[in-house]
Amino acid sequence: MSAGTSEHEVAVRVRGLVNRFGTQTVHNGLDLDVRRGEILGVVGGSGSGKSVLMRAILGLRPPQAGSIEVLGRSVSGQGESLQTLRRRTGVLFQDGALFSSLTVRENVEVPIRTHYRDIGSPLRCELARLKIRLTGLKVSAGGKYPSELSGGMRKRAGLARALALDPELLFLDEPTAGLDPIGAAAFDELLRTLADALGLTVFLITHDLDTLYAICDRVAVIGDGRVLVSGPLEEVEAFDHPWVRDYFNGPRARQAKAAQGRRER
Amino acid sequence: MVESAEFVVDAVDSDRWLARGDWRLSHASELERTVIDASGSARSVDATGIDHIDAAGVLLLLRAAQALSVAPEAIALRDEHRPLFSVIVDALADEGEGEDEPPPLWREWLGGIGRVVAGAGSNLRLLVGFLGLAISRLLGTLFRPAQWRVTATVFHMQQTGLNALPLTALLAFLVGAVVAYLGATVLRDFGAELFVVELITYSFLREFGVLLTAILLAGRTASAFTAQIGTMKSREEIDAMRTLGLDPVVLLVLPRLLALLVMLPILSLLATIAGFAGGLAVSVLSLGIEPEMFFTRTREAISLQHYLVGLLKAPLFAATIALIGCLEGFKVAGTAQSVGERTTSAVVQSITLVIIIDALAAVFFMEIGW
Repeated sequence: MSAGTSEHEVAVRVRGLVNRFGTQTVHNGLDLDVRRGEILGVVGGSGSGKSVLMRAILGLRPPQAGSIEVLGRSVSGQGESLQTLRRRTGVLFQDGALFSSLTVRENVEVPIRTHYRDIGSPLRCELARLKIRLTGLKVSAGGKYPSELSGGMRKRAGLARALALDPELLFLDEPTAGLDPIGAAAFDELLRTLADALGLTVFLITHDLDTLYAICDRVAVIGDGRVLVSGPLEEVEAFDHPWVRDYFNGPRARQAKAAQGRRER
Repeated sequence: MVESAEFVVDAVDSDRWLARGDWRLSHASELERTVIDASGSARSVDATGIDHIDAAGVLLLLRAAQALSVAPEAIALRDEHRPLFSVIVDALADEGEGEDEPPPLWREWLGGIGRVVAGAGSNLRLLVGFLGLAISRLLGTLFRPAQWRVTATVFHMQQTGLNALPLTALLAFLVGAVVAYLGATVLRDFGAELFVVELITYSFLREFGVLLTAILLAGRTASAFTAQIGTMKSREEIDAMRTLGLDPVVLLVLPRLLALLVMLPILSLLATIAGFAGGLAVSVLSLGIEPEMFFTRTREAISLQHYLVGLLKAPLFAATIALIGCLEGFKVAGTAQSVGERTTSAVVQSITLVIIIDALAAVFFMEIGW
């Protein structure tokens, strides 16, 4: 745990999280802070429990032990307080998780319709169109059904729905998985722009080293049921743990780092 | 924190409008009403009084500025709101073409009917083609025992036959009991309650034994076949088989077809016996017919013809159910949603076809005097 988390405002605070499936322990006393306004990249091997962590923070899965606070509220809360949390967070699931029976625009309207019933339908429609355009899709995509979209477009549409309520906190589960390198790079850039412009705090699960180097402020590595290390990339790279070393010093990591170096120059 | 949002004319300078307060989604509907009231023209809009703003707020602010014919650049903003503002202005700038309008409802509806009719025709052609394919593959592998899929066939026999037995027997028993009651109610008026035995015998031998089994298997087995093959199709397993030089029809369709061809007649025979048992139970317990009497009359009523009328239909039904189930599985394209759609379609089609074939067969056997 890097020192001095207290001086930053914390958006998500996880303490002593324990998650078990039967006899298999996924998290064993996991602590994690996501600071306000940062993009936190969460990495870890397959089956290390990245997605389980996200589901626990979202309150989709009650943990066996530990406390989770999101924006100062406990996620184990009921009714009104959870509803407020849902209003202030947006989630992009792995394949977009768009509702297949609705068009893209209707998908983006769903959160607005659910949480702000007083907003009239013309304004709602206009807001949805704005979000669709913000994520780099054409307005004409709004009338299409999710099955008619490509993988990259589905992710963008999913992002538009996640951003529908202008959330403070955004959860992304492998946003660039399954995209071609050009599409992935464009998506990274989009995320960075939107996060800066909208002042988002982003919790980003990824396998994509390019994404880590291109847009993440801090990185948290999950392994052995806890957060092995979290901090800026340079700190994490230097951390002495076999998995971390292999991950950040493999050929792919070196390429990603080189690409990032070129970009900055 | 309950703040309000305002959009008002500056008291000092009437050419200037002031935006103040919380311009976020939670105040959007209230703001929309205020913004609609703004009209006329102004020189500038001062939005530095806004404490919080989000995309919805920017959208409304831009709309207000437009109503007052103020250019977006002439809106004064706090520095921290500037990045959001410029991103939204950019996004709104490239308007592009609008959404495609959906066609009117009546045209959609009319088109739907057309699609269904055309679809039914081509579906039937596909099914006949698939039948031909299966037969040619069956003949092709008939004399090559190395290509027989004995294990798979036996597995499907257990799945579709043995495991369906309890349900089939129970259903047939209950329907047998119901028919006996129904018959007794009508025949009592004529003092001919004894003819309940003939009613049970004829109806189960000729129709109910095989029809009940076929409808049950159409629901139970056709859907299972579609789901199994459909899942394999959507995971590209079928394509993988082809690239390895394996024939999906031989591997997947023939075992299922053969299993059902063997099991459906057996099941319908057992269902017939269960139906007799149901009729017997009601006759003995409720109508006061002696068991010996029941068996004697049954033996007199049974003839080979009646039995054949029922049994001859069984392979037809089996082939229909197996082929529709497999064909619908092969039609799956891509997603899990498609698997669901095809499974429903398989059940609907196979039950419909089973009943149509049964009706045609009834007419046929009646005409030839069986």
